[in-house]
Amino acid sequence: MAAHAPAPSRRRWGSTVAGLLVLGVMLFPLYWMLNTALQPESGLLQVDPVPSGPDLSGFSKALTDQGGHLLTSLLVSSGAVAICLAVSAPAAYGLARFGLRGSRTIVFGTLITQMVPGIVIANALYNSYVDLGLVNSYFGLMLADASLGIPFSIVLMRSFMVSVPGEVIEAAEIDGAGPVRVFLRVVLPMSRNSLITSGLFAFLFAWSDFMFALTLNTTDDVKPITLGIYQYIGAHVGDWGAVMAASVLSAVPAAILLVLAQKYIAAGITGGSVK
Amino acid sequence: MTTSVTAVASSGTPVDTQTPDPARTRRRRRLAQWGFVAPAVVFMLLFFGYPLVRNVVMSFQHYTPKTFFTGEAPFNGTDNWSSVFHDVLFGKALWHTLVFTAGSLLGQFCIGLALAVFFNRRFPLGGVLRSLILLPWLVPMVVSGIVWRRILDQDTGVLNTFLDTLGLGGHTPWLTSPDMALLSVVLVNVWIGIPFNMVILYGGLQEIPRELYEAASLDGASAWRTFRSVTLPMLKPVITVVLVLGFMSTVKILDLILALTDGGPADATQTLGTLTYQNSFVELDFGAGAVVGNVLIIVSAVFAVFYLRANRTEGK
Repeated sequence: MAAHAPAPSRRRWGSTVAGLLVLGVMLFPLYWMLNTALQPESGLLQVDPVPSGPDLSGFSKALTDQGGHLLTSLLVSSGAVAICLAVSAPAAYGLARFGLRGSRTIVFGTLITQMVPGIVIANALYNSYVDLGLVNSYFGLMLADASLGIPFSIVLMRSFMVSVPGEVIEAAEIDGAGPVRVFLRVVLPMSRNSLITSGLFAFLFAWSDFMFALTLNTTDDVKPITLGIYQYIGAHVGDWGAVMAASVLSAVPAAILLVLAQKYIAAGITGGSVK
Repeated sequence: MTTSVTAVASSGTPVDTQTPDPARTRRRRRLAQWGFVAPAVVFMLLFFGYPLVRNVVMSFQHYTPKTFFTGEAPFNGTDNWSSVFHDVLFGKALWHTLVFTAGSLLGQFCIGLALAVFFNRRFPLGGVLRSLILLPWLVPMVVSGIVWRRILDQDTGVLNTFLDTLGLGGHTPWLTSPDMALLSVVLVNVWIGIPFNMVILYGGLQEIPRELYEAASLDGASAWRTFRSVTLPMLKPVITVVLVLGFMSTVKILDLILALTDGGPADATQTLGTLTYQNSFVELDFGAGAVVGNVLIIVSAVFAVFYLRANRTEGK
């Protein structure tokens, strides 16, 4: 065994090197975003492969110009997550447990929603939002962004809640707990992981949203970071340093989530799409 | 099982002092249960069902910039449909949509599968590297588009600088030439989609029993033969799901194209999605936008059928 060890292990480290190369190619654009952000002086000129010194003026300009939009994104995304979970967690439980007539149709419909293009939704929604006075409002954008996460969350949490043991629920009901209480005290705590995964994805979907921000707003009142950056390149073509610094800031939540909640993300991508 | 739960619960409510009427209790219970599901159903009807219907109606209405002051959008028969179908741009946009979708899927899937197979072998740091590759997928798409716009800049972008250093030309007008722009947009979208494809296909590979590979190697099968005769057939359901989900999310992409090219140059990257946006929200002709949107839905619906079929075989 020991005699054979060196060869396979050298080959395995070879795979690591190849993996690092792949990762380098895949992450290069993100490195370049950071690199450009740290060279605000380069403007429209070529950017050096590595920054000579950390020049943070691009970031301070980006924070001055786009800080408010980052806060808007944070507020809208948090609101969207709250709406999304409040609507989809009870529904997931209901569809998993109650055996209601029509449950299958509802699950089917939930899957089908994935094929409705966002721009088609925006097309119709804009007209209704005008009538309802929801254009240029935080609440209107939160509702629209919540719709990005709801089908995903229902499908994911339902597939999880199906496996909550029936005996536990029956035991709680014998103790006199009503359906709401059973849901809040028994089912939700047991489904914690799927709740976290759904919440994370609902946040990422809302944070990345560009289409609803673009179409459901006609003034500067409610402008999330995605829309802010898009309009920034229109107005500041020469100032790539600040644009890239704003881009880095907009990517921070994704990076943090990936590090902190890696297992939930992998679970979400696989579970939400295959199940 | 549901009936036994019902029986236990209704006898367990101590508040009811009168003799409980079983039919009434059951009805009340059903109502409470629907209370769990109803908000989501209403929400989805409003945000997915209603737009579908409204778009069909809108495609027969005449919208002008004045509509939003007067509130008047009179019906105009099939005028929107015929004017959209007679516009050269519509045919171009349909073609670009198909090229963009097919090209993106082909690239994402092949590279994603290759990487999934690569990471399926165990090697030091494999897990860490695999999860870091997800990062491009998590960055907002419009932001990725903007970063690539800088990278692909003809004169000062890093890609041309790099190619120049290698002596491979280096003056390619990636996004500014009508002949190149669509290809460039596809390449960027391949980059965005690789992680998603890789993760799902990797999950599928993990489910394949190791014994099958052992048996194949006992039979003396080559690596390629094993891949073709063991891996691909076992992976088929997952492959279908990946491709159909990929199709449905790619065909409607708008963010990326707006950030990279705004549909230009000379409409070379205009797709059904961007054309809907342009008709409705730039020219404020929501009727024409609705027509293009409806065509986009029809294209997706055809593939939704494949999705449901795949989902059924996958589920139970």
